[in-house]
Amino acid sequence: MTAIATDLLLEATGVAKTYGAVVALKSASLAVRPGEVHALMGANGAGKSTLVKILTGAVRPDSGRIMVRGRERTAHSPAEARAGGLVSVYQEPSLIPDLDIRSNLRLTDTPIDAFRHWLDELALPDLDLSSMARRVPLASLRIIDLARALAIEPEVLMLDEMTAALPANLTERVLEVIGRQRGGDRSVIFISHRMIEIAAVCDRATVLREGETVGVVDVTEGSEERIVELMLGQFVDATPAVDGERSARVRRGADQVPRFAARGLSFESKLDDVSFELYPGEVLGVVALEGQGQDELFDILSGSERPSGGELLLDGAPVTFGHPADAIRAGVVYVAADRAEALLMQRSVAENIALPGRARMRRWGLIDLGAERKVVAGAVAKLQIEARAGGEVRRLSGGNQQKVTIARWVAGGVQTMLCFDPTRGIDIGTKTQIYVLLRELAAAGAAVLLYTSELKEVQLACDRAIVIFGGRVVAEIDAADADEPTLLRAAYNLRSDAVLPEAVAAEVVAEEAAAAAEVEAEQASAPTTLPAEPDPTGNEPVTDDDR
Amino acid sequence: MSAASGTVGSTQRAPADALVAWARRNGWVLCLLVLLGALFVFTKMINPGYGVTGLQGFAISVLPLAMAAVAQAICVIGGGIDLSVGSMMALTSVVAATQMKGQGEEFGVVVVVGVLLLGLVLGAVNGSVIVLTRVPDIVVTLAMAFVWGGSALVILASPTAGSAQWLKDLVLGSLVSEWIPKAAVLLLVIVAVVWIPLRRTRLGLSIYAIGSNQLAAFRSGVSVGRTKVAAYSLTGLFAALGGLSLTASTGIGNPVPGPYTLLSVAAVVLGGVSLAGGRGGVFGPIIGVLILVLIQNDLAFLSLDPNLSLVTQGLILIGVVMFGSLIQWRQGRR
Repeated sequence: MTAIATDLLLEATGVAKTYGAVVALKSASLAVRPGEVHALMGANGAGKSTLVKILTGAVRPDSGRIMVRGRERTAHSPAEARAGGLVSVYQEPSLIPDLDIRSNLRLTDTPIDAFRHWLDELALPDLDLSSMARRVPLASLRIIDLARALAIEPEVLMLDEMTAALPANLTERVLEVIGRQRGGDRSVIFISHRMIEIAAVCDRATVLREGETVGVVDVTEGSEERIVELMLGQFVDATPAVDGERSARVRRGADQVPRFAARGLSFESKLDDVSFELYPGEVLGVVALEGQGQDELFDILSGSERPSGGELLLDGAPVTFGHPADAIRAGVVYVAADRAEALLMQRSVAENIALPGRARMRRWGLIDLGAERKVVAGAVAKLQIEARAGGEVRRLSGGNQQKVTIARWVAGGVQTMLCFDPTRGIDIGTKTQIYVLLRELAAAGAAVLLYTSELKEVQLACDRAIVIFGGRVVAEIDAADADEPTLLRAAYNLRSDAVLPEAVAAEVVAEEAAAAAEVEAEQASAPTTLPAEPDPTGNEPVTDDDR
Repeated sequence: MSAASGTVGSTQRAPADALVAWARRNGWVLCLLVLLGALFVFTKMINPGYGVTGLQGFAISVLPLAMAAVAQAICVIGGGIDLSVGSMMALTSVVAATQMKGQGEEFGVVVVVGVLLLGLVLGAVNGSVIVLTRVPDIVVTLAMAFVWGGSALVILASPTAGSAQWLKDLVLGSLVSEWIPKAAVLLLVIVAVVWIPLRRTRLGLSIYAIGSNQLAAFRSGVSVGRTKVAAYSLTGLFAALGGLSLTASTGIGNPVPGPYTLLSVAAVVLGGVSLAGGRGGVFGPIIGVLILVLIQNDLAFLSLDPNLSLVTQGLILIGVVMFGSLIQWRQGRR
């Protein structure tokens, strides 16, 4: 084909990429007009992130062509793509943690004045440029990433789930700034799992499913249905399955002893007099805005931290956990949102499931491999873990990884399970399976504590919910009454008759819309995404010093 | 701890604030300086005769190791480690000695320049092998340590004299005041000329970037492979400077110079450079070297059994680094 003069700013056709046996992209196409904000949508592992990485030169495609303003471009590195006007803001911050902000800007040749201008626009004007990137809070890092990208004035700016880690007020600001990019000469490719954001800023949406472009939709009122339909394919009717389970709830008697209870817990300035009871046979929801102390609460409950005050009761008797092993031995197990925290990424599914020792049959100190294999196989079958992608857990999709973290506990029988946002970044099919599983566990007599950042999960999976605000329990709401506006009011510590701020109202709609559109992008293993350069192995945790 | 010389001057803040910020960033280096000062006082106490001669001898004996520490610091900051530093010093030292032997003073200049280039090439080979084969740094440089060390022995089987007089004069003696050894001045000048400007260039930033977070660096447009080769080349250059200072200070080329590699790693750790990469500078490791050698000298003066002296040095190293982490941890909690 020859280079045809076209009014498209960016055109990608027939882009394919496989990682070993895993097909990340089969045949993706994308056409972006100048001056539009173009949504890129798709369920878990549909290939959105891979496509963005290919466009920005971080990954080389196996085949396909990419044209910018009618001319064919192949970028071999992010630096080349940047020079060609394609810049991406990735899901995780790409600032160098050990350099200060100013050095980070110099590294990417970012004009400081323009950067300052965008920081002002994005409501982060007081940033000290000489602070080390690793000392800057995560949300601010995302804003810095965005301002840095905007300052370069790229022809196509790609935002990969940029808003996922942002609080509502910053999200609003970001959307405003992105919205203002419309109608000019430049374009934005916008990836988000929040339908409300798509509706607010996007002109058109390209939908990917299983590595293929399955449709392009004009974003208008009511186009959400169409997008969801395209995105989910056969999964469309999977959601309501949970409702039937909820009738099986056990109402507890007044004299029943709680399985696990907290009394007057406090932790530094983060928690203050937190008390609750978790009964056998129930799923208790925990609802809180970002950073209200829920992280610390779960750290304490799972034995990673010790409270500075208060006590924990297990079956009515006081317990202290000095180490997660103590909690596990007492039957209190923990499922984290971040799979990387829980799994040995380079080991097999079976080893990961057997690791905590609960599934590990010992005889005279030796591991009974036969029995272990049976237990593991049972857990894999029960959770329908798609393990065909190969031995190493890092090659599984996010949803399947999360299933492994749950399976390791289910394998040994569950008494008390603490789940911290277990469905974060997981596709809707797997989410539903997890809800069903949690209900089944409760029905079998387990006590489940479920922190969720997605308010609708409370009614889908919980019996009741407690709401934490500013380190205190501010409300307890029965699932029947726990619709999203109620929960949100409580989460903002507003009285139920108070008027919600506009931003909050938008969030409510967003959460509803997100019901069908939850997406996660990082599908295939991260280390294989750097074919042009040595594997990135030096990623160190950024947060430890900031405690 | 953070960068040894602040990357960016804080232009918007009052000078006093800037000073405090600078002190905070370089807290570890300042602590080491205090420790070094205390050690000097201790030295003077146990050995009242310690004076000009002692200081000059100290400076000369420290110079090769200080170069090795700078060499090691650069590749460790870039997220690597170079176990061939000592062997590269040996190779460059014997090449310098054999080439200068019996030649005129002017030819010595050519040899010195040639040896420095050789150092760059040796380092570039190390870096390229690491980048191209994707074999881990520690394995490649361990293997190359045998290669370079063996080559040195092939060239010169036993220590042989050979050094231009001007080269010896460069490190022996003192400048202006007899209290300022030439070796110390030379070290500072070389570091000032090579490292300080480098830090401010894109290459310097890139070395910190790949050491800190390779993926983020890649996404920021840094060519990870090229930067790594450059970092190892600089390591080779400073190893060559170390080799030359060996030849200059002793007047001989020595194919088996001593445990410079491991001492350079120790100095780097002591100097506040994170072995995980991305943090630290070269001044910390230099002071680390001074501390290590001074302790060694003091223990020798106290006529402690040399073997026990080694044990003591090891324990002191762990103690100091542990103390440093403790301070950092306490700062982090606040």
